[in-house]
Amino acid sequence: MPVITNSMTTFVARFTIMNDLLAARSQMALSLGFHIIYACIGMVMPFFMAVSHYQWIKTNKDVYKNLTKAWSKGVAIFFATGAVSGTVLSFELGLLWPAFMKHAGPIFGMPFSLEGTAFFIEAIALGFFLYGWDKFNKWFHWFTGVVVGISGLASGILVVSANAWMNAPTGFDFVNGEYLNIDPIAAMFNDAWFSQSLHMSLAAFAATGFAVAGVHAIMILQKKNILFHSKAFKIAAIFGTVAAVLQPISGDFSAKDVARRQPAKLAAMEAHFHTQESAPLIVGGIPDMDKKEVNYAIKLPGMLSFLAHGDFNSEVKGLEEIPEEDQPPVAVVHYAFQIMVGCGIIMMLISMAFFVALLKKKWFYGTWLLKLFALALPLGFLAVEAGWTVTEVGRQPWIIQGVMRTVDAVTPMPGIAWSFYLFTLVYVMLSVAVIFLLHRQIQMVPVLYDKGPGVSQE
Amino acid sequence: MMAYVVITYLYLAILLYLVLGGADFGAGIIEMFTAQNNISRTRKTLYHAIGPIWEANHMWLIIVIVILFVAFPLIYSQLSIYLHVPLVIMLMGIIARGTAFVFRHYDAVHDEMQQLYNRVFVWSSFVTPFFLGVIAGSTISGHINLKATTYLDTYIYSWLNWFSLAVGLFTVALCGFLASIYLIGEADNQNDRLRFIRKAKQMTIFSVTAGALVFVSAVIDGVPLVQWVFADRVGLAAVIAATASLVILWILIDTHHIMIPRLLAGFQVTMILLAISYAHFPNFVILAPNGTFSLLDDIAPESTVVALGWALLLGSIFILPALFYLYYSFKKKVPEPLQP
Repeated sequence: MPVITNSMTTFVARFTIMNDLLAARSQMALSLGFHIIYACIGMVMPFFMAVSHYQWIKTNKDVYKNLTKAWSKGVAIFFATGAVSGTVLSFELGLLWPAFMKHAGPIFGMPFSLEGTAFFIEAIALGFFLYGWDKFNKWFHWFTGVVVGISGLASGILVVSANAWMNAPTGFDFVNGEYLNIDPIAAMFNDAWFSQSLHMSLAAFAATGFAVAGVHAIMILQKKNILFHSKAFKIAAIFGTVAAVLQPISGDFSAKDVARRQPAKLAAMEAHFHTQESAPLIVGGIPDMDKKEVNYAIKLPGMLSFLAHGDFNSEVKGLEEIPEEDQPPVAVVHYAFQIMVGCGIIMMLISMAFFVALLKKKWFYGTWLLKLFALALPLGFLAVEAGWTVTEVGRQPWIIQGVMRTVDAVTPMPGIAWSFYLFTLVYVMLSVAVIFLLHRQIQMVPVLYDKGPGVSQE
Repeated sequence: MMAYVVITYLYLAILLYLVLGGADFGAGIIEMFTAQNNISRTRKTLYHAIGPIWEANHMWLIIVIVILFVAFPLIYSQLSIYLHVPLVIMLMGIIARGTAFVFRHYDAVHDEMQQLYNRVFVWSSFVTPFFLGVIAGSTISGHINLKATTYLDTYIYSWLNWFSLAVGLFTVALCGFLASIYLIGEADNQNDRLRFIRKAKQMTIFSVTAGALVFVSAVIDGVPLVQWVFADRVGLAAVIAATASLVILWILIDTHHIMIPRLLAGFQVTMILLAISYAHFPNFVILAPNGTFSLLDDIAPESTVVALGWALLLGSIFILPALFYLYYSFKKKVPEPLQP
């Protein structure tokens, strides 16, 4: 059985030749994939800061003030990068998909306009928070930090609702190629908005929590500014682990929802080729598109039927029932789904270990646990990127599920490959810059935020 | 009825972006024209003035874009096709500027990296408003050709013409002008104040010259700007008002007044925008060889416009007071009496 399959060769060939549609999809994917990291951090870290800030006001211990200020420097950097990449996305919707926006704009515009309001409030609150340290009443200042978090979370939920509409298009009648009787409120509260928003919100908390906890865990293991990094670790880890154990429940809810609304996506996620009752859950494996089977996989009998419909004996639609021109790319969606679930399960297990250690009050001294968190640092964000790949690639060939195909939405402008290369270059440079700055921030902790090595600041 | 609410917000957002975001861009433009020995004082004053409000200032652009793609999707999608190139260049500028500005302030270490941040900040402060102006000019220059057949005609000459380029330069000048007036009131010593006043006078001359170039280029490119401004009652009134306020500004600039010159500068820019837009309203985009996209005709269905209108109105109730409070909280405290 050759490991390099036809589909893999085609995949590589398509990338190097790069037609306009593929370039547009790649550029959009890159922009979204880049932005989501900064959006998650911007959405979640204000809550971490609100906790440490609150601790400082209540206990007057300097370590909490220093932590809040140190975190806010990092957050400002991520915020700016998130804001500019978000601005780019709002233009890219039109630059890459003008035919889509011409019709979809008026339908799913409601969440976007509300998102604009939320952003604006967030930007204003951020101004107050970052620059108002000794200018306002302590509690008002703290409150502006909380507002940053809440409006950030709200804008995330709103923009995900807009994406949910693409998966569950409602609020209009599609008659003879025309979009009539538009109901913007119905469109906003589409069938998928709740499951997607819940899953993304938890994902943001889990990913940011684990990443931030991982950074501080590494610092503790290197025995630098232990008290400072321990306080930081605890706050981030608690947020991250609670989200990580709730996430599989949300995932189950989402899977059942997708099974009902987008059976092609579920079939691709699972590489489920043939319709059957008591369908097995396939873990791992390499799908063979020609033979329509999955090799080297672990098959859990009946589990797919249970996951999709809550009944071990229920029938799960296979890809064979979906016309080939309506099928998403199976391999990409399947691998992405396995990566996402795999990361999620590892994070869930680490979280459970963390809870046990917390109960036993031995967490600080367990280097094994800190090492786990250090290793798990990127897992949450890996899961986020994989998850978005599942939902976006899994929706192909549709840009609006069942209504508009991606190929019909793309810009007529030729040479989009060049635009893709340009944006790739820019995002790579930005990523390097951000990592460089973050590295310097962390290096400067002993100088700027926690003077006196090893001295207790209680 | 709600259509007019939405259209008002569109123009308001454009104006506010020009005045507030424009002053922001202008800060970088002024840095570009500041001598080396003064530059760190200028930067310090600039950062102190802009720091808390820059993120909020640039939100108006998002509001403009959202209003366009929700209520005027045909205009949004068509401009996104024909003006793809200047839009991408402008986006590069926005990315560079936003990140350079924050990175240079928040880098924990202050070393030679600062020079890189500064250079990126200054150049992007020029490029972004230039191409915003090019895009704005291109909407009304009548070069966007829906029936163009060649790549050049469709995607390049739609924006690469004398008029659009002149509007780009004029936008840069206006941004520098706005920032320089604003900066005068932020100076905390007499030396800086005099320097900033000199800068403001230079920027005013730059703006007037660039404005004249816009008219010249309009004649060259066959854009009926002269008619729009001088043959229309409102356009003419706006131009006269702008000129009058410029004269008053020039007189008051050397005095101790801070608020009045700022208000006059804002008023001037408002009049300029009014003069250039009123005569061809409701036509937002003017196409080649004739044809238009109209804000009243090419608008989304009523349900969408009503929902958007309410969202904007209700959003304003939260945002505008908060925004005013932000500006108020961070403006310079009681201006000290300046020694002669």
